[in-house]
Amino acid sequence: MIPVNRNGEVWVFAEQEDGALHDIALELCGKARELADRLGVQVGAVLPGWNVRELGYRLIPHGADRVYLVQDRRLEHYQTQPYARALCTLVEQHRPQIVLFGATPLGRDLAPRVASALRCGLTADCTDLDVADVDDPAAKTTHRNLLLQIRPAFGGNIIATIINPQRWPQMATVREGVMPLREPNMQRKGEIVAAPVTFEEADFAVRLVERHREPRKVNLKGARTIVAGGGGVGSKANFKLIHDLAGAIGGAVGASRAAVDGGFIGKEHQIGQTGTTVRPALYVACGISGAIQHRAGMEESAKIVAVNWDREAPIFGVAHYGIVGDLNQVIPLMIKAIKERPKE
Amino acid sequence: MSYHSVVCVKQVPDTAHITGEAMKADGTVNRAALPTIFNPEDLHALEVALEVRERFGGTVTALTMGPPKAADVLRDCLFRGADRAVLVTDRRAAASDTLATSYILSRAVRTLGSVDFVFCGRQAIDGDTAQVGPQLAEKLGFPQVTYLQQFIDLRDRTARLRRNVGNGWEIVDVRLPVLITVLDAAGEPRPPAARRVMQYKRARVRAELEAEVKAERPSAAGTELEAEVERRAEALRARGLMLEQWSLDDIRADPAWCGLAGSPTKVHRVQSIVLTKSGYTEIPPTEEGIRRLIRELVVDHTLG
Ligand SMILES: Cc1cc2nc3c(=O)[nH]c(=O)nc-3n(C[C@H](O)[C@H](O)[C@H](O)COP(=O)(O)OP(=O)(O)OC[C@H]3O[C@@H](n4cnc5c(N)ncnc54)[C@H](O)[C@@H]3O)c2cc1C
Ligand SMILES: Cc1cc2nc3c(=O)[nH]c(=O)nc-3n(C[C@H](O)[C@H](O)[C@H](O)COP(=O)(O)OP(=O)(O)OC[C@H]3O[C@@H](n4cnc5c(N)ncnc54)[C@H](O)[C@@H]3O)c2cc1C
Repeated sequence: MIPVNRNGEVWVFAEQEDGALHDIALELCGKARELADRLGVQVGAVLPGWNVRELGYRLIPHGADRVYLVQDRRLEHYQTQPYARALCTLVEQHRPQIVLFGATPLGRDLAPRVASALRCGLTADCTDLDVADVDDPAAKTTHRNLLLQIRPAFGGNIIATIINPQRWPQMATVREGVMPLREPNMQRKGEIVAAPVTFEEADFAVRLVERHREPRKVNLKGARTIVAGGGGVGSKANFKLIHDLAGAIGGAVGASRAAVDGGFIGKEHQIGQTGTTVRPALYVACGISGAIQHRAGMEESAKIVAVNWDREAPIFGVAHYGIVGDLNQVIPLMIKAIKERPKE
Repeated sequence: MSYHSVVCVKQVPDTAHITGEAMKADGTVNRAALPTIFNPEDLHALEVALEVRERFGGTVTALTMGPPKAADVLRDCLFRGADRAVLVTDRRAAASDTLATSYILSRAVRTLGSVDFVFCGRQAIDGDTAQVGPQLAEKLGFPQVTYLQQFIDLRDRTARLRRNVGNGWEIVDVRLPVLITVLDAAGEPRPPAARRVMQYKRARVRAELEAEVKAERPSAAGTELEAEVERRAEALRARGLMLEQWSLDDIRADPAWCGLAGSPTKVHRVQSIVLTKSGYTEIPPTEEGIRRLIRELVVDHTLG
């Protein structure tokens, strides 16, 4: 735990793997930049790893003023304890006011270990962050410029705003894909500072024996358009309709869990609470009821088109355009209309 | 060898099946109206602990923190094969965030003495944070292995484990003691054993006996009540059916680090999700209607 420090920087943990930055690191830099500008402070990024200096130069155009580079051969592959020690050491030295992590499997393994060691709070899986003054009637004070940490809980049925008024830094994990990835500003200046950290033998208690990574086959998060099919598509064979529509638009294929569980398509296409969170320019939902766990992963899309023959389906509650009808008739009409569309 | 495993289990509201009745007039969730269940991933954690006992020998202790009603999940653990069950319950523990929860659980694990494995579920379905496992590991000073998919082997006090990290998997070796969080992919939970249900269905924690006696004898006063509770507790103890119940004092937990006081995160505001019918443009499912839609999406640059 560190004392409240209103001049402290806004930090992000720069997640990387096999020499590549995770998108979330850049998304967080953009958000941290916005928060830091409002607070009138600087943005720091903590980058542990081995041979990762180059990655530091990518963080600066996305908003970092300072990259704290922690390099050690033993940090090549992520391990909880040495990474946690690096973060804790630097937080105690530099006293940032906010520390953000991606709510990735790695981030959700690391952040709680760090928070526990620092004895500070940690808000999980945020979908939005804001800064505001908060009245504290019990203590008859106002906490200035607190981080509002907004997150779904209770299986997605409620949205809670969590604050952390006293024991700093204010730490949160942030869900992937919910903060827009901003255009990098190549003119931005920043520095990379080597941050030495002393590790102990006990930090390396877990020994990696074998490791396997699957190349990301589907890039749902980067897609500008997603056509998603649900239980209403009915069969794996009929899911060809969804592939065809996506092909016509030039978009990626998504799915609800019912479609994945039905074996229509692989799990890596699943969108929602236990799948990928996306915010494309266009999301076309076909034969998807719009259960809350599905909406949690797509409702931030800029434009949503829903095709469902049940007028009462909850998907229409988040749609911008609704087509009440049989997808088996509607989708071929859409494909035809797209092929014959006027060019702007 | 004999290994002592502690399994942390949580009783949770069934958030996957929230119905209209569970919503209050002001749109907030009425927890009291929700049925409670055994946190799903904790059943898998229990299963892995029981398999470790079967393969390598040892004992399994189920541990939960919660109100007296949480004894339900402890009985369920006994039905499925746990050797011992402990409830930590104390008013001063209410409203704990994950940091305070993990502190209290760490004091309880310490009170249990020598422990080789602590198993947790990956995540509880109400708070949805997945933070308690890693925080408990830090408090205990144990290494952590999250997202267990398969418990491969155990030799010379070194466990070989396979974890699923989302975009792949890894196999790691770790020296005991260790804290492990378990995914639902790690083994199908065994059902309660009929014989053990018969054996343990009357098992109680002290707070449950107190509530029973109060309900049966509303007029009973202090000492009379105490005497009756003690009489029933004695009878259960004789049959090995008295579940352990610990307060913060029993586990020497500092109340300053527990409950609301010990929780750095504060819930500032809660909104229930109500479907807002913001109104969408309805497109008729006809050739002309769909043509118009596509044209509109091209004009506003949504489609190229
Ligand atoms: C903890 C948890 C996590 C979950 N995570 C996710 C997740 O990440 N992603 C996810 O999607 N779900 C998730 N779910 C499941 C979710 O609750 C729903 O069960 C699921 O989204 C339903 O998928 P669906 O709407 O496609 O299928 P269904 O519920 O089967 O709905 C099919 C819809 O298609 C319509 N339809 C049928 N035929 C036609 C037709 N010919 N033409 C037009 N419309 C038609 C029907 O009217 C209906 O609305 C999760 C659930 C839980 C409990
Ligand atoms: C709306 C809402 C939002 C919240 N958000 C946050 C937040 O962002 N940050 C925060 O610190 N707290 C938060 N809390 C508080 C948090 O829910 C509680 O601290 C809770 O006791 C533990 O967190 P969890 O349910 O997320 O458990 P998880 O960390 O998801 O649980 C993981 C595992 O730990 C074990 N475990 C957890 N609790 C217990 C227990 N009581 N007894 C035994 N084993 C247990 C189980 O094995 C479980 O599977 C929030 C609470 C609410 C109501």
